[in-house]
Amino acid sequence: MIKLDSKIPDGPLAEKWTRYKAGLRLVNAANRKKIEIIVVGSGLAGSSAASALGELGYKVKVFCFQDSPRRAHSVAAQGGINAAKNYKNDNDSIHRLFHDMIKGGDYRAREANVYRAAEVSNDVIDHFTALGVPFARDYGGSLDTRSFGGVQVSRTFYAKGQTGQQCLLGTYSSMNRQIAKGTVEMFPRRDMLDLVVVDGKARGIITRNLLTGGIERHSAHAVVLATGGYGTVFYLSTLGLGSNASAAWSAYKKGAAFANPSFIQIHPTSIPVLNDYQCKLTLMSESLRNDGRVWVPKEKGDKRQATEIPEEERDYYLERRYPAFGNLVPRDVASRAAKERCDAGYGVGDTGLSVYLDFKDAIKAQGEQAIRDKYGNLFEMYEKITGINPYKQPMRIYPAGHYTMGGLWVDYDLMTTIPGLFAIGESNFSDHGANRLGASSLMQCCGDGYFILPNTISDYLADEIRTGKIPVEGKAFDEAAEAAAEKVRRIMAVKGKQTASAFHKRLGKIMWDHCGMRRDAEGLEKGLGLLDELEKEFWNDICVPGSENDYNQELEKALRIADFFEIGRLMCEDALQREESCGAHFREEHQTETGEAKRNDAEYAYVGAWEYQGAENKPKLHKEALKFEFVEVKERSYK
Amino acid sequence: MEFTLKIWRQQNAGAKGGFKTYPLKDVSPEMSFLEMLDYLNKQLIEGGDEPVTFEHDCREGICGTCGLYINGRPHGPMRDTTTCELHMREFADGDTIFIEPWRASAFPVIKDLAVDRSSFERIMHAGGFISTNTGCAPESNSNPIGKHVADLAFDAAACIGCGACVAACKNSSAMLFASAKIAQYAMTPQGKVERKERVDQMVRQMDAEGFGACSNTYSCEFDCPKGISVDFIATMNKEFLYSKLFGQKG
Repeated sequence: MIKLDSKIPDGPLAEKWTRYKAGLRLVNAANRKKIEIIVVGSGLAGSSAASALGELGYKVKVFCFQDSPRRAHSVAAQGGINAAKNYKNDNDSIHRLFHDMIKGGDYRAREANVYRAAEVSNDVIDHFTALGVPFARDYGGSLDTRSFGGVQVSRTFYAKGQTGQQCLLGTYSSMNRQIAKGTVEMFPRRDMLDLVVVDGKARGIITRNLLTGGIERHSAHAVVLATGGYGTVFYLSTLGLGSNASAAWSAYKKGAAFANPSFIQIHPTSIPVLNDYQCKLTLMSESLRNDGRVWVPKEKGDKRQATEIPEEERDYYLERRYPAFGNLVPRDVASRAAKERCDAGYGVGDTGLSVYLDFKDAIKAQGEQAIRDKYGNLFEMYEKITGINPYKQPMRIYPAGHYTMGGLWVDYDLMTTIPGLFAIGESNFSDHGANRLGASSLMQCCGDGYFILPNTISDYLADEIRTGKIPVEGKAFDEAAEAAAEKVRRIMAVKGKQTASAFHKRLGKIMWDHCGMRRDAEGLEKGLGLLDELEKEFWNDICVPGSENDYNQELEKALRIADFFEIGRLMCEDALQREESCGAHFREEHQTETGEAKRNDAEYAYVGAWEYQGAENKPKLHKEALKFEFVEVKERSYK
Repeated sequence: MEFTLKIWRQQNAGAKGGFKTYPLKDVSPEMSFLEMLDYLNKQLIEGGDEPVTFEHDCREGICGTCGLYINGRPHGPMRDTTTCELHMREFADGDTIFIEPWRASAFPVIKDLAVDRSSFERIMHAGGFISTNTGCAPESNSNPIGKHVADLAFDAAACIGCGACVAACKNSSAMLFASAKIAQYAMTPQGKVERKERVDQMVRQMDAEGFGACSNTYSCEFDCPKGISVDFIATMNKEFLYSKLFGQKG
């Protein structure tokens, strides 16, 4: 039975981290090289953590499923990375960034964690600059910023629409330096299939070598998961096709609590579905809402070309409903508003499932070149996919599954409920509450990896200096390796008729329809039933051709989807128990008269952390009460 | 739409490969090239065959995983376009399409259309970084960098590491790839400190991996999905000469 102890330090908010850090134990430099740390995932969180730990002199082993760590899906983040530098003199501060995140998350995140993320944000920008990350600059040579949703300051640093790529290449370069020095060893093309827990502590992982199919054992004194989110549960999402949740899920099944699984962000500005064979939705960065205006025709079912619809017949519904923030309302609000218009029959395009994002006025005011400088690559990307030139015609956009605020429960040390198992970046639940603000994910990933984890993990490792090398033999390793091999054999043995992708598509539809942007008890119950049926069908009819001892992409997919059925179920259970609307979690039964999310702070101001109880039993819900000492909890309004 | 696909099939690095012909019907012009291959694979699997192995991930042109040699050109017929961004509307109904893996001895075939690009990784390990530890960075704006330099550094940094430059080059040269990183760092104050060692080590590694030399045909720039300029190769050569003339230290 797990116990949730968040370890939030006492004291004034702005001093918590400094005071806490001062009390953390260290590992002496000579001992660090005897201590091994496994990092799973090589995105911003994983590679920044691996770099920082390598620089300290630990022996680090990094695993990723891609052929190169540079391909982790952080690479696709577009718009920017937040920091409280106040370079625009618009009265920004660490406290304001903290406050925006707490409010943006609809008061469902921990104050202390969020404040710390804001506190280290400036260090992240400085470090990236030192690593040569080519952020956009002004003519005088200083760094430029832009605005993002849910805030009224300009604090988002960017590199065109490729900020994630440039930041990832920064963390990748710092990790490459450690690889060259021998402190970091890279294991690409590996899927983590299981976590190994020895005497209650995380001591290693079981991986499958994706080229040979070999089941491998790796041991360490601590394991760090930086494995991203589980948004591909929707099949159609903005994520990379290989993104998966199996590593985090195996940790959950070994006793790590999984927090707020139903908090999943639907991004408002994705290119809509264009055909039935599509398996991926491409995001158009939130930064576009700096200059783009969102609208639908005032007339239902208006089939005219966008450019033929005169100004007075357009409904700029975000500006109408939310005058204070206009087109820059947070993502959950913008997504629901788009769905509301489309469901009411005002949507555009053949399917009626899209709205316009129009740059006409910005191009008129600033000139085409200015818009090209800011968003050139995004406009090109849009044209390549749709064949439509967005300088001439408005873009069409629709919401798509994007980011998971939920994830493995961690304490203030970023440690899960399994001692020695840490979770950083998107794979944990800690900083974004029920809705994440744009450009704060890159910030959190790098803050966790470069500046927080290296401090907190040393306190844990201080007890490990006498442990010696962890053997990969013994009961726990044997059992985990056998269980992983058995799972592979079981899937191979089905020899059914349907492909993994076909199942994934159907799974995604169930999740989108029943546990997507709007949820209700009846739909969630129905979704649970459908998931059970589909999972049963999967285990009777999945077809995986080829051999398990080979490069077998179908087997990889099938193994990941098998876990997604279980995650989908936990998402529905979590959405069902939370009888309120907050952030991205919108329950039809709980809304205000104007259709906004209606929170229930008296009963639901908690983190819902689920504990696995075996395959046959329902998971157990634990509640970590959220205390707000430094902000006033109010109705979240962007009007 | 209908197509005749001629796809390179090869069981593993040691096996002998060859083209296999697959007629494919009912292709939508809206499909991306990789969705078309997904569609083919679905039919192969349902018909009891092994699907074609090809690598991909983000499907939005930024991760650099996908890379197919289509009708004799890396990433196919469109400029500034990765394979995943290519759409079937760019082909004519009834076309025969040849699909091969990257062809370069430094990128050995793993299976079918998948190749091993770890040689690129080792070039980066040799010097693709600025040696600064976490925590010792100065305030960002203490080092102003003019907008035109920052923009040019960005253009170099936009490389996605896909390997199209190598596949396009008759010498299988990796100079565009390596030079983009060398030039990016050489032009900014943060990267200048180690510029001599960096160019020396990265070029040395590039040669050790078996990549060829540059003979100025510019095919790399032409087929680079991110439009990386061959000017950076000139910068690299200049940096290399500078390093040789004035020594690597200091």
